[in-house]
Amino acid sequence: MTVIKTKFGRRAFIKNTSLASGGMILGFNLLASCKDKTVEEVMLMPKEWFEINSYLKIGDNGLVTIYTPNPEFGQNIRTSMPMLVAEELDVDWQSVLVEQAPYHKENFGFQFTGGSQGIRRRWESLRTAGATAKQMLRQAAAQNWQVPVEEITAESGMLHHTSSEKSAGYGEMAALAATLEVPEVVKLKEVKDFKLIGKSHKNIDAKDIVTGKPMFGMDYQKEGMLIAMVEHPPAFGLTLSSVDAEEAKAMPGIKDVVTIKSYKDGFEKGGFDTNAFPELVAIVGNSTWEVMQARKKLRVEWKPITASTETVKGFRGEETKNIPAGLESSTNHKVQMAALAAKPGKIVRKDGKPVAAFKKAAKVLERTYSAPFLAHNTMEPLNAFAFVQGNKVKLAGPMQIPSSMLPAITSSLGIPEENIEMDIPRMGGGFGRKAYGHYVLEAALISQKVNSPVKLIYTREDDMTNGIYRPTYQATYRAAFDVDNNLTALHVKAGGIPESPLFANRFPAGALDNYLAEEWSIDSNITIGAFRAPRSNFMAGAEQAFLDEVAETIGKDPIQFRLDLLKRAKENPVGEENDYDADRYAGVLELVREKSGWKQNDENVHRGVSAYFCHNSYAAHILDVTMKEGTPIVQKVCCAIDCGIVVNPDAAKNMAEGAITDGIGNALYGELTFKDGVPQKNNFHQYQMIRSSDAPKEIDVHFVQNEIEPTGMGEPPFPPIFGAVANALYKATGQRHYEQPFVKEKQVVG
Amino acid sequence: MAKFNLKINGNIQEVDVDPNTPMLWVLRDHFQLVGTKYGCGIAQCGACTVHLGDNAVRSCQLPVSAVGDKAITTIEGLSENGDHPVQKAWLEVDVPQCGYCQAGQIMTASALLKKNPSPSDAEIESAMDGNICRCGTYTRIKKAVKLAAVETENS
Repeated sequence: MTVIKTKFGRRAFIKNTSLASGGMILGFNLLASCKDKTVEEVMLMPKEWFEINSYLKIGDNGLVTIYTPNPEFGQNIRTSMPMLVAEELDVDWQSVLVEQAPYHKENFGFQFTGGSQGIRRRWESLRTAGATAKQMLRQAAAQNWQVPVEEITAESGMLHHTSSEKSAGYGEMAALAATLEVPEVVKLKEVKDFKLIGKSHKNIDAKDIVTGKPMFGMDYQKEGMLIAMVEHPPAFGLTLSSVDAEEAKAMPGIKDVVTIKSYKDGFEKGGFDTNAFPELVAIVGNSTWEVMQARKKLRVEWKPITASTETVKGFRGEETKNIPAGLESSTNHKVQMAALAAKPGKIVRKDGKPVAAFKKAAKVLERTYSAPFLAHNTMEPLNAFAFVQGNKVKLAGPMQIPSSMLPAITSSLGIPEENIEMDIPRMGGGFGRKAYGHYVLEAALISQKVNSPVKLIYTREDDMTNGIYRPTYQATYRAAFDVDNNLTALHVKAGGIPESPLFANRFPAGALDNYLAEEWSIDSNITIGAFRAPRSNFMAGAEQAFLDEVAETIGKDPIQFRLDLLKRAKENPVGEENDYDADRYAGVLELVREKSGWKQNDENVHRGVSAYFCHNSYAAHILDVTMKEGTPIVQKVCCAIDCGIVVNPDAAKNMAEGAITDGIGNALYGELTFKDGVPQKNNFHQYQMIRSSDAPKEIDVHFVQNEIEPTGMGEPPFPPIFGAVANALYKATGQRHYEQPFVKEKQVVG
Repeated sequence: MAKFNLKINGNIQEVDVDPNTPMLWVLRDHFQLVGTKYGCGIAQCGACTVHLGDNAVRSCQLPVSAVGDKAITTIEGLSENGDHPVQKAWLEVDVPQCGYCQAGQIMTASALLKKNPSPSDAEIESAMDGNICRCGTYTRIKKAVKLAAVETENS
């Protein structure tokens, strides 16, 4: 049993008045029940709610409302986070209603969804919220029945005192419990006692999704709301010069055309204030179609940017970014990358004597891998609602990190932080893109200028050409072999525009006596941002494809080769900075080997293996490809994941299936190129996405069973699939694939 | 501007708009039927799929003036209580992740099953190819379409 001090985020456990509490019955449409509601059930809503802490309130009839704190964009945390609270509260899932918490730092802590951190960061605090409430209910019963609290048991929403045969529902004790002191410490359950955690629970929002209920930022409506769109420069390296809006303003339904400047001069940017186009023309009108039509009549002049330097305070501390002037092209990027790859890079790790080992080598294998910029292409394009009234603002929109918006809003609009109200609607996909909320700031600036509530909508073209892409990367791997074909050294040199993708302390570092890791980067004015498993989403594919070729060179089975390296890393690790657990890494490889029936495949089925560690978790895939008239068909992907305790297994499987499918699509087709600063794709007729017929015919996901506290889940299965695709394609075609995307314009592979 | 009487989800409703306005925006902006989603505006992603009569069409490419007296069904009108066999199958398989594309997927799948009650895997893939899911729920979508087909046959 874990004993937890409640002082962690204590404010959250003290009754507060900022949220709807006692006596207020919430509207039906705000509630997402954990089971289908009938009219009769709605009638059974409590007459009074008692707020026990920020995360939950209990109705006089025993219904429990749990505020789910983090933004949702498909991970199903609106189901799994309330499960954590309900587990420790010991309440039946059928009695739970879930409500999305608004942004509120004191009540809900860091409301951030990204980096596969959601469940990991909430694992303790949400269970503590449930356990604290249960303890207070037990105390209330003890006080009421005049018996020692230790003799009160709580289960399934009921309190019992065995010797006196007294029982009461949570609802009956909620009023008293809400007045009690918050206990100093509470006990959390042991894993073996979990009733909800570890069992699959269906998505609480599924019914609303399949019936088309309004739930996304894009669906936000408000009386008197106007529709806004923004015109950004057609190329990176350009900025606003002037606008002639006469004709556009005269179009039907148009209210105004304004220019906005996102940041005040001297504003110190945070890590998520990335924005290539801070000066924009905004057009505002009554309806989307009218605004779209009038927008075509805007006459905007653009001018080149001047080179600049900015200091950004991000998660990784203060960074200085150089933003060059000029119109960049992908053809030139390739030349620049090749030039830097040929020079010595910045050495980030060196074990043993790699240079000497390469000099002595009987054979050297050298391979270079590359991948292009990628657009996130969330199905819900960027959008935001804003309503500025005097020195107050109400915001709603897709935001992975609502708190990251505060400094810019405060600075640019002159609105104090306490007057910024933010709702966090469900997002139609995020994948990192919606961590960069420039569009929320833009909506607020537009609302302030036109003095109306506005919903800013990006068209797909606006969304795809705005920037904040996955960077383009390149990595060169070299392996040295002695006369007996033993691997004696490994050298990786990786870089990108504008950042290096390298993780110098990840596998196979630690498993090799001689190891050298170098990196480089090239400045750019094309903006980049987190994209599902940043950097890992490239390095995994490169590293795992190279290890496959190394295994082949020395004549070893690719799984056994990796396991041998991991055995070395476990028993006699080189260096002290290795950031992976060799046992857990080997564990997923062994599990996927067993579950896939490795080496038992039909000769027409070509298999590729790949494994990777990132976001504190381990994932391994075996991907089966068959060829049909020169086109690869992914028949099956078998996947093993070690992410510690799996809170909601079927939902986690869904996420893994999605990561696999998404990764296959990006490996085969994903690409954004530039010519004179202009993105060469702006919609789905040009940007090829994976579709139904390209998806794996079957995905088989397995989890390593253990009692390790949950680690990451959303990202870890994504990076290794790139390597699995490359390695299976090699088996199928006899050709190694070094350059992503592997399929260009539906060309035949091989 | 021009007035149109449209049959949407069984009700006749009037709207006064530019005749070129795509049904997508008529539904979303004028009737607050926001279950039909905007994804690309060029009929490449399927998020805006509705039924025109019995056919699945991309509402972003359907001008209001082209609808005439044909019945339009949106996700909100697919069933009275969210219990269309396709919706039930979607719940049973627990398909959605972010959920944004799913209304379009369901409208395409339900039109497919009306025409072809027991589609083959290849027929499902081909019919669903116009609907992008960036979360990658395709394997579950296919499973749900098959389940709905079985349920429809048995009912």
